[in-house]
Amino acid sequence: MNNPNSMFARALPILFGVLFLIGLVAPFAVYPTFLMKILCFGLFACAFNLLLGFAGLLSFGHAAFLGSAGYVCGMLVRDVGVTPEVGIIGGTLAAGALGWLFGMLAIRRTGIYFAMITLALSQMVYFVVLQWKATGGEDGLQGVPRGHLFGIIDLSDNIAMYYLVFAVFCIGFFIIYRAIHSPFGQILKAIRENEPRAMSLGYDVAKFKLLAFVLSAALAGMAGATKTLVFQLASLTDVHWHTSGEVVLMTLLGGLGTVLGPLVGAATIVSLQTELADSVGSWVTVIMGVIFVVCVLLFRRGIVGELQALIHRAGIR
Amino acid sequence: MEIFGVPGALLGSQLLVGLINGSFYAILSLGLAIIFGLLNIINFSHGAQYMMGAFVAWIALNKLGVNYWVALLFAPIVIGALGVVIERTMLRKLYKLDHLYGLLLTFGLALIFEGVFRDQYGISGQSYPVPELLQGGVNIGFMFLPIYRAWVVVAALTVCFATWFIIEKTKLGAYLRAGTENPQMVQALGINVPLLITFTYGFGVALAAFAGVLAAPIYQVSPLMGSNLIIVVFAVVVIGGMGSIMGSILTGLGLGLIEGLTRVFYPEASAVVVFVIMVIVLLVRPAGLFGKA
Repeated sequence: MNNPNSMFARALPILFGVLFLIGLVAPFAVYPTFLMKILCFGLFACAFNLLLGFAGLLSFGHAAFLGSAGYVCGMLVRDVGVTPEVGIIGGTLAAGALGWLFGMLAIRRTGIYFAMITLALSQMVYFVVLQWKATGGEDGLQGVPRGHLFGIIDLSDNIAMYYLVFAVFCIGFFIIYRAIHSPFGQILKAIRENEPRAMSLGYDVAKFKLLAFVLSAALAGMAGATKTLVFQLASLTDVHWHTSGEVVLMTLLGGLGTVLGPLVGAATIVSLQTELADSVGSWVTVIMGVIFVVCVLLFRRGIVGELQALIHRAGIR
Repeated sequence: MEIFGVPGALLGSQLLVGLINGSFYAILSLGLAIIFGLLNIINFSHGAQYMMGAFVAWIALNKLGVNYWVALLFAPIVIGALGVVIERTMLRKLYKLDHLYGLLLTFGLALIFEGVFRDQYGISGQSYPVPELLQGGVNIGFMFLPIYRAWVVVAALTVCFATWFIIEKTKLGAYLRAGTENPQMVQALGINVPLLITFTYGFGVALAAFAGVLAAPIYQVSPLMGSNLIIVVFAVVVIGGMGSIMGSILTGLGLGLIEGLTRVFYPEASAVVVFVIMVIVLLVRPAGLFGKA
């Protein structure tokens, strides 16, 4: 078997296994809060990648799902007093419902218009969150308790919280992985490559796009709800368009349309931000912008995409 | 005098604010439409370029002592030249790729511009004085009309219609429209299309900078002034569709007025009214009011 693709496919379960083990022991080596942040943004980026990388739809408003799920989860846990897992499920469902609304509107147009519509709709969510009293306006939703998982496990312990986040990430990642490697994922790719052709083959293109959008939004919401529990805060930043741009950057840097790329991109960007925040201050935005420009001009395959291409070339030789 | 139970002065002044915002929407969406027509990209850095126009005017006044009228000409040239450089060195490399890459590149540029100015000037706004010639106002019966604000509307509309005239009625405009329809054919006829594209991007960007200078004495000159505006302008573009120049102008003005009216009757909704209209238009007429399906 010299086919590099099948070699790659056989190596993948081993790679996942190794990564899973690393994920299990990581909190004993690295600061757990930092890891949790990476996993939340990693899931967010993976969910985003499902839409852009596989269905070819650029949403510039994904912060709306991350943020609104965070607010819903925060309000459920803090003000209603439900347990954390119910909060996460509630946030995920809310983001999915919002995704359905956004999707219904946005899929009426394609390409650049799609991006502008999602951006505008998410800005509307931003203003609602800003002006509505229940969401705390500019202060955001503060003092969200982490609570007890299933009413038993105390999540105020960082290690316990980490394993919940890790579990949520694995569930989300598994769903995305299954979706990509199912007939559904293949149809999405077909739509991305040639929409009229997919339509002429009898696929209800609009339905598939909408389904992908809802799934992506719900999983982004799952990441957002979990993130709220981790930081005990839902803030305006989470619904701001900067965050929508950030997730695009993470996906692009890690590798568009690759399975692990978004996670790698999220880890890189979160590390950069953490590392740079103290030393360069407001130059972080500039650096993010420069990475964007470099990625688009010279590095369109992203980190994982480049690695895959390298392995592919080595395999052919 | 009261209209619909609202004092005429309040209604008048909010409509004027609406008209001014509408003028900015019109200039900015016009620039986006022209750039989109020929380059097939959405210029995400349009808001940042508008902001830089205002800043060039502010720096020129405070550091070099250059007055408003010179800045009105000077800032669009500087920012337009910067646009030409961007097109020649970066955007040019993306034309063969998916159009989304153009959006992503210009988004990155917007972050860079915004970040640099935020580092230099912080997020609080700088004030720019109204030029001497246009200070004060006149009483037009039911309300007080500040002269500068009237000037902004007149200047913006003049520039919009001049642009419309160039594109629809001159030979250069004919090349431009032909290039939008079929660039290969236009190139084959001996017209330098790459140069035309560079010029178009520079011109679109210069329009944004011009709007920035006009805005400087009204709004605070701040690094974030463009990014919030540009998202509304995107909604305006979705509503109007980018197919027609006149359509962009009318949609921009109309939405500004509607926003002004909303501020009188239901202030809480004024920030989102344009987005709500976008939703309605998408439901009723997905291609946009002036768009071709």
